[in-house]
Amino acid sequence: MPFLARRLARLAVLLVALIALPFAGGSASAQDISAPLAKLATDSYADTGAAIAELAASGHPRAAAIVQAIQDGKLEFDAASHAVVIRGAASVVDAATGAAIATPPAGLSPVRVNNRVRTALAAAVGSLTLMSPDPVKRREAADAVFKSRDAATLPILEAAIAKEGDARIRLALQVARAAVILTKPEASDDARVEAAATIKERGDQEAVSLLRSLPEGSAKRVKDAAEAAAKSIETNLALWSSAQNALYGISLGSVLLLAAIGLAITFGVMGIINMAHGEMVMIGAYTTFVVQEVIRAHAPGLFDWSLTIALPLAFLTSGAVGVLIERTVIRWLYGRPLETLLATWGISLILQQSVRSIFGANNREVGAPSFMSGSLDIGHLSITWGRMWIVVFALSVFVGLILILKKTPAGLQMRAVTQNRAMAAAMGIRTPFVDALTFGLGCGIAGIAGVALSQIDNVSPNLGQSYIIDSFMVVVFGGVGNLWGTLVGALTLGVVNKFLEPFAGAVLGKILVLIFIILFIQKRPRGLFALKGRAVES
Amino acid sequence: MIGHFLVKGLDRGVAITLLVVLAIGVLIPASNLLLPEGHALHVPTYLLTLFGKYATYATLALALDLVWGYCGILSLGHGAFFALGGYAMGMYLMRQIGSRGVYGNPILPDFMVFLNWKELPWYWHGFDHFGFALVMVVLAPGLLAFVFGWFAFRSRVTGVYLSIITQALTYALLLAFFRNDMGFGGNNGLTDFKDIVGYNVQSAGTRATLFFLSCLLVAVGLLVTSAIVKSKLGKVLIAIRDAESRTRFIGYRVATFKTVVFTVSAMLAGLAGALYVPQVGIINPGEFAPANSIEAVIWVAVGGRGTLVGAIVGAVAVNWGKTWFTGALPELWLFALGGLFVLVTLFLPKGIVGTWSAWTAKRRAARDAAPAAAE
Amino acid sequence: MTTDIAANAQLYLDDVRVSFDGFKALRGLSLTIEPGEMRAIIGPNGAGKTTMMDVITGKTRPDSGEVLFEGGSVDLTRLDEAAIAELGIGRKFQKPTVFESHTVEDNVYLALKADRGPLATLFHRLNAEEARRIDEILATVKLGDRRHELAANLSHGQKQWLEIGMLLAQEPKLLLVDEPVAGMTDAETMETAALLRRIHDSGKSVVVVEHDMAFVRELGVKVTVLHEGGVLSEGSIDHVAADPRVIEVYLGR
Ligand SMILES: Nc1ncnc2c1ncn2[C@@H]1O[C@H](COP(=O)(O)OP(=O)(O)O)[C@@H](O)[C@H]1O
Ligand SMILES: [Mg+2]
Repeated sequence: MPFLARRLARLAVLLVALIALPFAGGSASAQDISAPLAKLATDSYADTGAAIAELAASGHPRAAAIVQAIQDGKLEFDAASHAVVIRGAASVVDAATGAAIATPPAGLSPVRVNNRVRTALAAAVGSLTLMSPDPVKRREAADAVFKSRDAATLPILEAAIAKEGDARIRLALQVARAAVILTKPEASDDARVEAAATIKERGDQEAVSLLRSLPEGSAKRVKDAAEAAAKSIETNLALWSSAQNALYGISLGSVLLLAAIGLAITFGVMGIINMAHGEMVMIGAYTTFVVQEVIRAHAPGLFDWSLTIALPLAFLTSGAVGVLIERTVIRWLYGRPLETLLATWGISLILQQSVRSIFGANNREVGAPSFMSGSLDIGHLSITWGRMWIVVFALSVFVGLILILKKTPAGLQMRAVTQNRAMAAAMGIRTPFVDALTFGLGCGIAGIAGVALSQIDNVSPNLGQSYIIDSFMVVVFGGVGNLWGTLVGALTLGVVNKFLEPFAGAVLGKILVLIFIILFIQKRPRGLFALKGRAVES
Repeated sequence: MIGHFLVKGLDRGVAITLLVVLAIGVLIPASNLLLPEGHALHVPTYLLTLFGKYATYATLALALDLVWGYCGILSLGHGAFFALGGYAMGMYLMRQIGSRGVYGNPILPDFMVFLNWKELPWYWHGFDHFGFALVMVVLAPGLLAFVFGWFAFRSRVTGVYLSIITQALTYALLLAFFRNDMGFGGNNGLTDFKDIVGYNVQSAGTRATLFFLSCLLVAVGLLVTSAIVKSKLGKVLIAIRDAESRTRFIGYRVATFKTVVFTVSAMLAGLAGALYVPQVGIINPGEFAPANSIEAVIWVAVGGRGTLVGAIVGAVAVNWGKTWFTGALPELWLFALGGLFVLVTLFLPKGIVGTWSAWTAKRRAARDAAPAAAE
Repeated sequence: MTTDIAANAQLYLDDVRVSFDGFKALRGLSLTIEPGEMRAIIGPNGAGKTTMMDVITGKTRPDSGEVLFEGGSVDLTRLDEAAIAELGIGRKFQKPTVFESHTVEDNVYLALKADRGPLATLFHRLNAEEARRIDEILATVKLGDRRHELAANLSHGQKQWLEIGMLLAQEPKLLLVDEPVAGMTDAETMETAALLRRIHDSGKSVVVVEHDMAFVRELGVKVTVLHEGGVLSEGSIDHVAADPRVIEVYLGR
């Protein structure tokens, strides 16, 4: 049966080509579709099939609509007047012009379809779309031919290639044609070798499988050429996939960086073990949720701005909570890191439960503004815009933080207090104030991290828990007290994780990374970028 | 030698606690078994199991207090040793099910049949023998603690760094045990146990015995840890806690001592886990959750770290509170627990027992001073 | 020739260099202590005195140089702190560190020369000989009447003495004493000097680091002046005090 169908399709296409040939000059008569329309009104399957082929070859702007209508069973004809119409939902239009018909003929009946007609329809749709004015459709059609490798489409392909203006689509068409030729035993060896080279241009896994599935009995020359092309694609693909892994790794690394960067201040710079750090991130995420709720209710037009609005609010909310924690609990525990650890763990439980009581235990929906949807494709690389923005955002936060610490008076005071509290106090710096400020800054940054992470993670009361261990690992791995260490640590761990994943799977990869860090800390207890000196020993 | 060593552990507080724990260990099962259901002093079975669970927690707290209270090692991963002991026992219990499982496979536990495994993984061999399982109950956690301690303490990872990597350790194990292909039942863990050394785990007699054994473990654990901390080795541990580098300069190998005590503590935790599993009837990866380990830390803090009796008191008190809260005011439990962490560290750093003994010591000193002044 | 000197020395340091993140704390320090010798080491703050002790006791690994003990037979740079302590080098820190939550008595007990292994300490029983040694040492450092008190309750000076007592309990061959009289009254200072002399007279080698010139004079031994991580001058106290370089960098400030 498929054989028969293919024969028929080929016949039809041949016919098309024959008919299309005289019109190749692109004359106005190409627009004339009255002949095929007349055939559609004869109620004979053979005529219908021929009509479809003629329509496909005509390039007439109405051709696609008519063929589609047949497929949908909406094309009707009046045996008496030979009028052919398309039945819409509300009205009936003239098939040839698309104009509405006020009083449709009474004896309309649908153009009937059998399997042969269906095959003709499929071929027609394929070739119509190859010529479609819509470039996306043309591209899809080219890919469809690449997959079907239907030799019958060759003539249309040739025509389409000749007509095609868009270089990328032309390439797709040429690749499709090469695919047909390569798998066609009766094509000449030269043509097939050339086809292999063309297919190489496609450069993806499908091209490789095509190149590896030559028909039996192909000449060695052809086989070699195909294998060489496949090899070259594979090498190329391996490179791309490493690059893609690196990109995913950087994306994960920037998430880690965001989560850890606030901790790099509270733990790294101040030496405070804040186990509630993850909850600061969570508060930032919930702030985003609240902001979006308010916007949805009162100013839906501002939705694209919701994250921008949430950023300062999240910073302030988390920062304020941080200052509150510092003033009420942590300041009594300076110099007792283990106690600080326990107390802040307690705080983290309280914050989680508070959020659970207020917002419920379920995940909350945080939407993405339009500029964050879709994905960015470069060559074979692909990354969603959401992830891409997070990378950019994480790096900006990092740079911003460095600038604050290095260039502002407040940053100077923070560093002074953390390096030598007594001396700083003697110089008139209000150390308790600076402590609260520094801690607030670390927590505030965790809050804005929460805004970004709300885009890629579930906003739930447990959000923070999933980041706390990772964040500590990053800071400890990078070297406590060193922001650059945190940056390098986060990116390294992210990339290593993503490169492990293809071999080990996500969970095992994560376990391996954890074990790696545990071993690493034992080799270099002070992390990658260790601070030395007496200060760290006490 | 051992006798003298143990006797030294017996001070008044320890002796009283031993008696109380053993008395509970006998009286509660007796009341459960012997008194009729309606009797005022009858302890219902669910309470027996609950108290049995507390007893294993108390042992875990003892183990944790030994390393944290006396040697300054704040382990945030002791739950892992508890869980490993539990898994070792769980593996024994699984193999005891034999062909009574849903799939009726005489060798393979149900989950393995479900995963289409054809034969028992090598590390499941031997667990059909109770003795072997018992050895693994202490060996598995002990070995992990030894290897981990060996690396960590020799590289002088201390303080919060150590705490954080112990947390990472239990977290890594959590992730690992969640995986089906680890061969420990994945997400669901090990459950549906039938019998233990030939007795039905559900039967009243078995439950009573398990309860008694749990109390006995608390008592023995208390006696041994107390003997350890009162020995010269215990004094070295405290010296390490207070001034690690000084201890090193008078010639003690700090890393060795830490590794030893960490390993011993892990083994004790493993034993506790082994008694926990048959009583609650299940062991799953959730036991590795970092939150569990840190909750055990708060038991010790509440009771009073550096006082062994305190560890027991704290474990029972906090868990009693948890049972009550989760029954009466479930939403408030995390507030209460969180508040406990904050308040104890801020206002009760010595814990209940520590504060109590400081107070009585002061009163005694005042009483002694008064007659002296009168003379 | 150096080997000759090393072969006869209790402690032998040659060309020892230590740097911290590029800062050179010791730059080619050489020093020889004879068996049974007492030596005073002086030098301005930051001269590298404490770092020198860190190197000898295994706390800090030198970047280069030799540190030999017992007639050159032992290379100290290869050993850890505990091994060095067991060899017979005792150290008193600049900042007194005693075990605050142990009693005075237990502090000495822990320091007593004995098997330091975990098993041995676990089953250790205090014997009569040890009890006698503890009494003796507590008497020497005048803490006998406070033996049952927690070390945390001692005064600063008493902690210094307790630490010296712990040093004695270790029965070391070489004592390194870092600023033993810091924060002591004059009377205490003189008593400490006498104590150290007595320890020296019992046949031990002693290295004392000190700022206090009166104290150094009181010790009456050979003096080494350190400056910027190297030896500036060596000789009797009067000799070094007259050395113009010493006057310039240290005494003449
Ligand atoms: N661990 C260290 N890290 C960084 N610098 C150090 C360290 N130890 C000592 N130093 C520096 O080396 C120099 C010598 O110090 P130290 O030996 O303590 O001098 P002294 O005891 O003679 O006063 C000082 O400038 C000190 O800051
Ligand atoms: Mg010094």
